[in-house]
Amino acid sequence: MEPILEVKNVVKQYGNYTALNSVSLQVPRGSIYGLLGPNGAGKTSLIRIINQITMPDSGEVYLDGEKLNPSHIANIGYMPEERGLYKTMKVGEQALYLAQLKGLTKKQAKDQLEYWFDRLEIKGWWDKKIQELSKGMAQKIQFVVTVLHQPKLLIFDEPFSGFDPVNANLIKDEILALRDKGTTIIFSTHRMESVEEMCDHIALIHKSNKLIEGELNDVKKQYRTNTFEVGILSGNNHQVTGELSQKYQVAPASFKTLDDELKLQITLPEGVTSRQLLSDLVQKGDVTYFVEKIPSVNDIFIQTVSKR
Amino acid sequence: MSLSLIVKREFVAKVRNKSFIVMTFLSPLLFTAMAMLVGYLASVNDDEVIKIAIHDESGMLEPDFKDTKKIEYVNLSEMPLAVAKEKAAKSYEGLIYVPKVATPLELEKKVEYISDESPSMDFIDGVQDVINDKLFRYNLEQKNINYDEIGKAKAESEIHLSKFSGEESLKWFNEIKIGIGFAFGYLIMMFIIIYGNMVMRSVIEEKTNRIIEIIISSVKPFKLMMGKIIGTSMAGILQFLIWTVLGSGLMLIAANFLGINLTEVGAGAQLKEASENISNWMIYIPEVLSLPWATMLISFLVFFIGGFFLYSSIYASIGAAVDSETDSQQFLLPIILPLMLGVYVGFFTVINDPHGTVATVFSMIPLTSPIVMMMRIPFGVPVWQIIVSVVLLFATFFLVVWFAAKIYRIGILMYGKKPTYKEIFKWLKY
Repeated sequence: MEPILEVKNVVKQYGNYTALNSVSLQVPRGSIYGLLGPNGAGKTSLIRIINQITMPDSGEVYLDGEKLNPSHIANIGYMPEERGLYKTMKVGEQALYLAQLKGLTKKQAKDQLEYWFDRLEIKGWWDKKIQELSKGMAQKIQFVVTVLHQPKLLIFDEPFSGFDPVNANLIKDEILALRDKGTTIIFSTHRMESVEEMCDHIALIHKSNKLIEGELNDVKKQYRTNTFEVGILSGNNHQVTGELSQKYQVAPASFKTLDDELKLQITLPEGVTSRQLLSDLVQKGDVTYFVEKIPSVNDIFIQTVSKR
Repeated sequence: MSLSLIVKREFVAKVRNKSFIVMTFLSPLLFTAMAMLVGYLASVNDDEVIKIAIHDESGMLEPDFKDTKKIEYVNLSEMPLAVAKEKAAKSYEGLIYVPKVATPLELEKKVEYISDESPSMDFIDGVQDVINDKLFRYNLEQKNINYDEIGKAKAESEIHLSKFSGEESLKWFNEIKIGIGFAFGYLIMMFIIIYGNMVMRSVIEEKTNRIIEIIISSVKPFKLMMGKIIGTSMAGILQFLIWTVLGSGLMLIAANFLGINLTEVGAGAQLKEASENISNWMIYIPEVLSLPWATMLISFLVFFIGGFFLYSSIYASIGAAVDSETDSQQFLLPIILPLMLGVYVGFFTVINDPHGTVATVFSMIPLTSPIVMMMRIPFGVPVWQIIVSVVLLFATFFLVVWFAAKIYRIGILMYGKKPTYKEIFKWLKY
């Protein structure tokens, strides 16, 4: 299927500083796409280009197969990291204004607002000013304002910062619901737990370059180390460790179990399968724990970033 | 579509603001109240009678000092000088001391005025006039010339001021025109500064609120900037229109109150005779009303819009460049300077010669033209000059807004440090 968003060789320079060095991305339709990278990697520059806030120096961006143009504004919803609303404007008026700027008619905007205010149980806030609301409450409004015009593509920059756990969950569920309805979502973040939990695709940008891109599982497979964590109940821990060390690379491990097992982290040498390891282990004692150590996004992130 | 939305929001935000409402409706009242207060205070001062003592040892001058509305003379010639001084110091404003002299001619340099308070120029002139008159008469008598005949021989001329078109003008009318022109010029300056600052504040607000990124992901920064400028200028125009309506309302009431028939406005010359019965200044009312008010009001709107657009696009780019209002000070000076220059140059040159070279040139230069031209218009400016000035003003606006928009576009996304002039100049090249 054609990707909803395609970024082709985008270059952006500020004076002598290169913010994006020929970055290309493909965001599949209906995915939750994690745009990762340390601070200053170029994520915000890229998002601003997708939002047509700034223009790329070279390269193109395609939305739905069409070269990005002003008519696409209505198809994109953007929640910047630095949240902001007019402090002295009433919640309702403000939301109507921002929705109309996105191309909705007043009637459409009102209907959508009523739907969302109902759904998030914030009906009573219509005539309140933002400065009268708490930070978390203002964030909810911010979310509503972002999704109000039913965009095909939603871009959230650090979506969960500032939310308490209850509201963060609420928003998470809303985002998943939107995805189920067919909306594509881009997360820009350096908080890896949320990526692990929600994203099915990721891209990693570091120092203006894209380093990794792909389906989350594929990326993880690339970074798999064939390392297993094992727990064995055996009489002689020392001897078992010694014997295993001859064949495998062994290191002590720690994980939670019920008994007092020997806990090891075992890396397979080239050409050895997990089945062989397991059959070796079974001969040493009762195997209570056998799990492949899957690299977390965090591991991949740190590994890639520090390698450079 | 989106531009009108922005204009509307900016306009509503400005007009709903409490300070706008207070400014619009309270300041004309305050202004009227102040004018009345000044008038009242002046009249209070008028009623006061100063008492001046006279000690005339010669006996020649005392009878010539006649009481006036403001001064009452008390003759203390009977008592010795020392006592008279003491008494005058206690209960009178001052003491005129005329020493004993052999001939009146000696009086020329010998009269003294003793007082702890410095007397007004008017008063001293008055006393000197009395002495001069006395000596003049004396000299005439010495030469056997009849004083009354001299008086009859004197002439009192009065020249009529008029234009080639045949219109008559009144003597003090020029000063009144300057006053009105100055008021308009000053008003334009105040409007530009007040509303320009509003534009700047609203840009800074959006920047510090961080809503800017959401908005410019929906509209182009240039549209946002123009919407802001147009919306704010509309609030300014509304305020001016309310003032005009209130002002003419007050004028109607005042005119009614004073019994002037406004339907006869314009026939100033005919009214002049009839108005001799009324107090002096009222003869100017019809003349003032016959000024080119329509031209003045329309020009005010046009020059306000032009001047405001020009200046507020600079204000907007300053607002975008800084993070807080305190940082804006160093950039504001270059804005205030031409405005002040306009007011001062306008005032000093227009008063001398409303159609002189300096006044004409400054009423063409776009940064000062809104102010200086408004000062010139009451004196009658050729239409072509107004048109040239307006065209120059708007042409400059389009040039300036192009630069301002570049600074604005970059500035609104820059946070953290206060930019220097050098950096802002660099933004122009991005």
